[in-house]
Amino acid sequence: MSGHNESILREPLITGDNITYAKITDDILMPVENKPNKAWWIGFIVSALGALLWVVAVSYTFWNGIGAWGLNKTVGWAWDITGFVWWVGIGHAGTLISAVLLLFRQNWRNSINRSAEAMTIFAVICAATYVVSHMGRPWLAYWVLPLPNQFGSLWVNFNSPLVWDMFAISTYFSVSLLFWYTGLLPDIATIRDRAVGTRRKIYSIFSFGWSGSVKTWQRFEAVSLILAGISTPLVLSVHTIVSMDFATSVIPGWHTTIFPPYFVAGAIFSGFAMVLTLLLVARKVLGLENYITMFHIESMNKIIILTGSIVGVAYLTEFFIAWYSGSEYEQYAFINRSTGPYWWSYWMMMTCNVISPQLLWFKKIRLSIKATWILSIVVNVGMWFERFVIIVTSLHRDYIPSSWAMFYPTWVDISVFVGSIGLFFTLFLLFLRVLPSIAIAEVKLLLKSASEQAKMKQIKEGHENKEYVAEYIESLEKFDSVKQEDYAKI
Amino acid sequence: MSDIKYILGSFGDPDEMMHGIEKLQENNISIYDVYTPMPIHGIEAKLGIKRSRIDIAAFCFGITGTCCAFALIYFCAVIDWRVNIGGKPSFALPDFIPIMFELTVLFCAFGMVLTYYASTHLFPGRAPRVMDLRATDDRFVIAVDAKDNTAHTVIDGLLKDAGALEIKYNERKYISYE
Repeated sequence: MSGHNESILREPLITGDNITYAKITDDILMPVENKPNKAWWIGFIVSALGALLWVVAVSYTFWNGIGAWGLNKTVGWAWDITGFVWWVGIGHAGTLISAVLLLFRQNWRNSINRSAEAMTIFAVICAATYVVSHMGRPWLAYWVLPLPNQFGSLWVNFNSPLVWDMFAISTYFSVSLLFWYTGLLPDIATIRDRAVGTRRKIYSIFSFGWSGSVKTWQRFEAVSLILAGISTPLVLSVHTIVSMDFATSVIPGWHTTIFPPYFVAGAIFSGFAMVLTLLLVARKVLGLENYITMFHIESMNKIIILTGSIVGVAYLTEFFIAWYSGSEYEQYAFINRSTGPYWWSYWMMMTCNVISPQLLWFKKIRLSIKATWILSIVVNVGMWFERFVIIVTSLHRDYIPSSWAMFYPTWVDISVFVGSIGLFFTLFLLFLRVLPSIAIAEVKLLLKSASEQAKMKQIKEGHENKEYVAEYIESLEKFDSVKQEDYAKI
Repeated sequence: MSDIKYILGSFGDPDEMMHGIEKLQENNISIYDVYTPMPIHGIEAKLGIKRSRIDIAAFCFGITGTCCAFALIYFCAVIDWRVNIGGKPSFALPDFIPIMFELTVLFCAFGMVLTYYASTHLFPGRAPRVMDLRATDDRFVIAVDAKDNTAHTVIDGLLKDAGALEIKYNERKYISYE
């Protein structure tokens, strides 16, 4: 497998000098095999309270109907669909990291894919609850399925993007779950073989009897690659279809052909921001600095600059096209967005999504953990406002000025949203405790080729070009987990 | 010696293990299986394992999904109950494509993964067929059937030469999970 060494010019993906296969297992399973620390408990209690608020708010909505929300005749869609699109968007990074980066052979994905995929699943759960609670009569949620029914042979409307969305989101959720769980099998087996007693029995059931034999691994890799191949267009299709919920309508501000690519870019943008928000904390608290390195953080920041800029160009294009179309309704919708009563939300979106990510062009900011963490939150605030702007400002001034209205959220709207964040973090924190947060087997693959110690060995053997070595050592300066003095001697 | 069922060579390094496989093969000792904590590239060729045909299965499942989706939508929207939407045609193929695509992916993913589980005998609650507990952690284990290959000392020597850290003689095939 390591028939040849990796180029010395590539930054290491695993740092630290005494990393062995056993140490990788120990380090990654540390939170799973030990009692949680105080930081975990504090986080868990706060998020569980949030999740409780969510239960209360959603139950209240179910009991009283969606009249509990601040919706009115003019603004019939607001925080619910904003939250839905926001969460689905956040989910996109997981599949992007696990599928698209696998196809592009980006090995740095190996240490972040597991938790990003978990995040996808939890985010889609949060998104799905919005759809169900907006149905008004959630016990009839199965009506969205094309089932033969007792009211005659009337079927769902297959021309409707909302029906496409149902198929897209449910396929996305179930395929992501499958991809994630299949990838987890070898790691669950690792926990199983180290555990004793009841723990071993439980993990044994969930490991599906994984043995790690040659054929299992060979087929496992084939399955992963094909799943990546089909998940790549899937992830693009999901947000495309979500955007069609708006784009195929005739509401000025919504029926825009740029929506599909622009929503997909925005989804990846917010998804990576959420991955950073979670992993920067997890890396510190769980002591995973050697596996999630500054290189990983910088790479994610670069994707954020790219997708943030695509989103920025999309905003401007949209504005230009509104003017260029010559349609006065379209023009009014955009002028109203930026200067009307919701001007603050428009400029909030512009600042958070277009201007602030540009700060990441500065190497200092991109490599600062604090700055990155703050920016990652700013991005998600911006992305929430993006959806709010698209939805509420396009609706609140409709065709008859007498029906123009404003949207004011009620405590239920706010609680459902805040609560969904609590639910998300509760699920994520539980995940960190029971399953490995990094794909153990995949990280082990990198040890002999892409780790700092392997590169060190290459340098010490002395066959490497001196300039390249100097460049490599220079690239290590950004790593907070590398001991610089080891390189001073060379 | 007759109670020994399997001889396990436990390696700490995948390259040494590959070397061990070569050594055994040079001496005409058949290898039962190899257990590793991570996929080892190039091992299939060495052990003469054929390319997986799961991609063919995946394609078949996918195309089934496409056909099912088309059949369902065509039946519902064109045959069974035509809805007159401003006189537009009921057979609106472009509108069918998103669902046809989604169901292609859904059938392909589930069909392929379930085929994989079935062909490698993975299912919830299956008793793990594990020979060495460290094979999922930090050891790369070559298993040799001791009944078929009787020259135990030779095997022992070859594995040690190749760099095996530990040689085990298992009297039971698998570790008990009871």
